[in-house]
Amino acid sequence: MMTDVRTMSLDDVASRLEGMIAAPDAALATAAPDLAGELLALGETILEVWLAARGERLTARTVEGFRLLALHRQGARGDPSFNACRETCRELVYHYNLVRLEPAHADVARRLRLGAMVARHLQLFIGGKLEVAGLGEFCCSSRPLRQHEAPAQPVANV
Amino acid sequence: MSGKYKQVAYYPGCALEGTGHAYNRSTKELGKALGLDVVELENWNCCGAMEVKNVDPKLQTYLSARNLSIAEGMGFDTVMAPCNGCYHNLKKAEYDLANDPASREVTERLSRKAGHKTYEAGKVETIHALDWIKGAVGEEGLKARVKNSLKGLKVANYYGCMYTRPRHIFPEKDKGPGSESTSKPHFMDDLLAAAGAENVDYPLKTACCGGAHTLSDSDTSTKLVLNLLTTAEACGADVIATECPTCHTGLEMHQVRAEKVFGRKTTVKILYFTQLLGMALGLSARKVGVHENFSDSSDLLRARRLG
Repeated sequence: MMTDVRTMSLDDVASRLEGMIAAPDAALATAAPDLAGELLALGETILEVWLAARGERLTARTVEGFRLLALHRQGARGDPSFNACRETCRELVYHYNLVRLEPAHADVARRLRLGAMVARHLQLFIGGKLEVAGLGEFCCSSRPLRQHEAPAQPVANV
Repeated sequence: MSGKYKQVAYYPGCALEGTGHAYNRSTKELGKALGLDVVELENWNCCGAMEVKNVDPKLQTYLSARNLSIAEGMGFDTVMAPCNGCYHNLKKAEYDLANDPASREVTERLSRKAGHKTYEAGKVETIHALDWIKGAVGEEGLKARVKNSLKGLKVANYYGCMYTRPRHIFPEKDKGPGSESTSKPHFMDDLLAAAGAENVDYPLKTACCGGAHTLSDSDTSTKLVLNLLTTAEACGADVIATECPTCHTGLEMHQVRAEKVFGRKTTVKILYFTQLLGMALGLSARKVGVHENFSDSSDLLRARRLG
């Protein structure tokens, strides 16, 4: 059963991904091309949640043919730590391509399951970023924590 | 052996003196077994990872530049940093000093005040432990020295997010065949394959481990790590090979926490690539510090007759 991903929260996305990961091989293989499309859409939804939380207008553009990559690029603008999910997004696209190009491949269920695990990482990463958005950035190569609250002492005084 | 990187300055960084001590030990022992010399920087200081960078990035640039200045003063043109955080920060300092006049000005001022020579960009090359082994010995050199093949061992190579990011501070990467890739790194894969390991196609090799998040939001870190572990298992991996002490410790600690807090047990083992290569060269598990890991891989090593 396909899901309307446009109305989903991150928790909904997580539940749907868990369902895909736990689904029997036969169920995944039967609907492989559709599920690959759904995975990609779920990835887009995850990034949309992040962009919407930042009050941004969601891009309709594509990068290398994929809106997911355009949304990632939009999310990373001015936020270098966001690039920690760059390859996660690209892996999601790769798994989509794998399944769509070879929907009858003997390994298709496993490919879909791994794609869902990649999407789950994206969901967890964005969920973490949202969680701490009020405290500072998520990653260690990030901009200064609490920069807006307490400007650092200038180096001149060091 | 190419002769390149035969002797390098060694910057262990703080983590390798603490939780990452097994990485420190195995890196040195691996170098010794391969006939490579590492000379530790004298009186090195913190690279400014996280804490300083988050307060004042230019001060972090200075702190890393001081280490590069020490390497230069000791007569080295290459410094090897096995920790992703240190490696990243030294590379970032190099980039900032080459491209940002304000960073240069701060570094000059603080160097004068501290009474040492100001480091100038371009004098010392920073490399990772992966670059070191790949450049100095290479796959063929490793193959020739393997005494205890890793054949049959299925490995998920995990690089973490800082080894390749941001791309602009790694100008030597993405230069085509032979160079490292920032989107799909392979140096660790190449080296372990040369030692006989069977690398699995691991889709989360550069994904975030939640390392910096571990104290402020432990549950998110645990969930991120759990996903890394379960995905590695779904790929058929026996072992996750690491090349960063922060990632490694995070994987180990959150593997335990995932079981305690979420009741999710995973059995994939976690070992530094230097430990795996060392054992492939015939070094004992103790020599490469397996006993210093939190994760217990003794059953796997026994079954594989490694170490």
